[in-house]
Amino acid sequence: MNQARKKALLDPLFNDNPIAAQVLGICSALAVTTKLETSVVMSLAVIAVLSLSNLTVSLIRNLIPSSIRIIVQLTIIASLVIVTDQILQAFVYDISKQLSVFVGLIITNCIVMGRAEAYAMQNPPFESLLDGLGNGFGYSLILIVVGFFRELIGAGKLFGHQVLPVVTEGGWYQPNGLFVLSPGAFFLIGIFIWWLRTWKPELQED
Amino acid sequence: MLEHYLSLAVKAIFVDNMALAFFLGMCSFLAVSKKVETALGLGAAVTFVLTVTTPLNNLLYKYLLAEGALTWLNPAWTTVDLSFVRFLIFIGSIAASVQVVEMALDRYVPKLYAALGVFLPLIAVNCAILGASLFMVERDYTLGESTVFGFGSGVGFWLAIVALAAIREKIVYSNVPPALRGLGITFLITGLMAIAFMAFAGIQL
Amino acid sequence: MQPHSNAYIVGFAAAVCLVCSIVVSSTAVALRPRQAQNRELDRQKQVLIVAGLMHAGESVEAAEVQRLFDESIVARAVELSTGTYDESVDTATYDQRKATRDPAMSKPADPNTAGIRRLPYKAVVYQKVVDGEIEMLILPIEGAGLWSTLYGFLALASDTTTIEGITFYEHGETPGLGGEVDNPSWKALWPGRHAFNDNGEIAIEVIKGNAGTPADDPYRVDGLSGATITARAVSHLVQFWLADDGFGPYLDQFRADEGGAG
Repeated sequence: MNQARKKALLDPLFNDNPIAAQVLGICSALAVTTKLETSVVMSLAVIAVLSLSNLTVSLIRNLIPSSIRIIVQLTIIASLVIVTDQILQAFVYDISKQLSVFVGLIITNCIVMGRAEAYAMQNPPFESLLDGLGNGFGYSLILIVVGFFRELIGAGKLFGHQVLPVVTEGGWYQPNGLFVLSPGAFFLIGIFIWWLRTWKPELQED
Repeated sequence: MLEHYLSLAVKAIFVDNMALAFFLGMCSFLAVSKKVETALGLGAAVTFVLTVTTPLNNLLYKYLLAEGALTWLNPAWTTVDLSFVRFLIFIGSIAASVQVVEMALDRYVPKLYAALGVFLPLIAVNCAILGASLFMVERDYTLGESTVFGFGSGVGFWLAIVALAAIREKIVYSNVPPALRGLGITFLITGLMAIAFMAFAGIQL
Repeated sequence: MQPHSNAYIVGFAAAVCLVCSIVVSSTAVALRPRQAQNRELDRQKQVLIVAGLMHAGESVEAAEVQRLFDESIVARAVELSTGTYDESVDTATYDQRKATRDPAMSKPADPNTAGIRRLPYKAVVYQKVVDGEIEMLILPIEGAGLWSTLYGFLALASDTTTIEGITFYEHGETPGLGGEVDNPSWKALWPGRHAFNDNGEIAIEVIKGNAGTPADDPYRVDGLSGATITARAVSHLVQFWLADDGFGPYLDQFRADEGGAG
């Protein structure tokens, strides 16, 4: 795989992580990470939408008139999200109930719009697909890490299975309710950014 | 009646705070909160758009999209359910409203238009706006409730972003570790603010 | 790149709209029956769980769920105000939640502590029938919680006062706090308690702190620590649906009908 393609795929994991570096896609990242299961499903949905939208936009990038390009991108993204939502409701109904409002919010997930505008409009289809996949993976990385800690510390569970026996059921672990609530997610991402920028000082702001 | 609206407004501003309880509008929340002045401008713009689009989308949903909504056009269409395109329609109406607001401000209040600058078009992709409309559908609000809810949500967002900007302006003078400066410390601060806002949970007027 | 002509812009926009609408609509239409099936299956599972015929989290084949449901559960439509059965309603297709929003099939509720704004005229109740005998009544209940509306079922034994179970299949309460209404250990505190006291008054409530065993403390259920508001909401909504605005008239009617018969 040549350099440009490798960069498109791997950069967004750490160097240019959509959440930790580009500050995109935060809203849903915080809201669906109360459980690992929903984090994983949301990640898959975003990877699917992001890659397909990047691919589609890139395929017609030379045909889109500049004056309406934002609304055209929005239309394509929204259609893909609706289709994803319908598929979730048809095939994994229980999980779609939990994701409810947030699946619709993938449309306004700045990552999707951001990458369509910043990358797919200027690059060939295959590279755009890789960029979409790469950013999707970067986003998923954060989601899964945050979801992992929130479910583990907040409820002692992983994927719904009790890993740390809780006090209310005769165990020793007192679940930390703070991590199930909003502040826990903020703290976890803040700490992740701290760790990331300590590991890669070139990402630090002054 | 008034109590109900008041309670709804207070709930939307403090308890159901768009930014700190539901994490909507985070991107602009984090990006535009470096200075109080710009935060004030964005908050005002978001509140305005929310107050306009939430009731507008309510009407669109009730008379166009919901199951049986099109019966005013043709009484036989009671089973027609277009709610699956609500995302598209809502976003369309939001983008259109933002465009109209932009043009109106430019024409009638050019000073404000210049002050808001680039933040006005950015509101079209602010998840808080779409989120408010989606919550409105889920909770089945009436037109009046939608307006109050939209306004309250906007004010809540405004409050949160100005508060964060104020703190960030002050923190410039503190000794924050290099790796934590900027985005990192902002997340931690926001987490603490979220805890503070949790004190409002369960208020019933 | 030269600017596109207006005709091109309009044509392009129209083409994008056309393609997107075709893709979206065909997906929606193709998947609709499946989604409706999922919703129906989900509802049946919930009724079976509260009736004790299935365990939550148990993965059961759709066909098996249908079989269990058809075997032991009978759905009846009830006119809430009079408590009488209404045989004209097709219980398989009646959507109570939709009816509640339809002004022709519902009315505004009187002010109440359960946060209920509208009431349907008719509700669908489920009866667990074993060997021809009605063993349990399963009543749909709902009410405003802290963040969301809770939707669930309350199962009463045929004496209309002993509680057999409770479950909330849909709610948006805080996971780990109010969301603990889903905790099997908390749900297990309900069976054996009594909804009404010896004077026929509604006595069941969720308290703050711990209650005793069902034998010692038949009218009180332990609260949920850290979730006072959700617990109080459960108390209020259960009391609402047992009262005259809810299934009160139905339960009176049931007692009158079945009390005489064996």
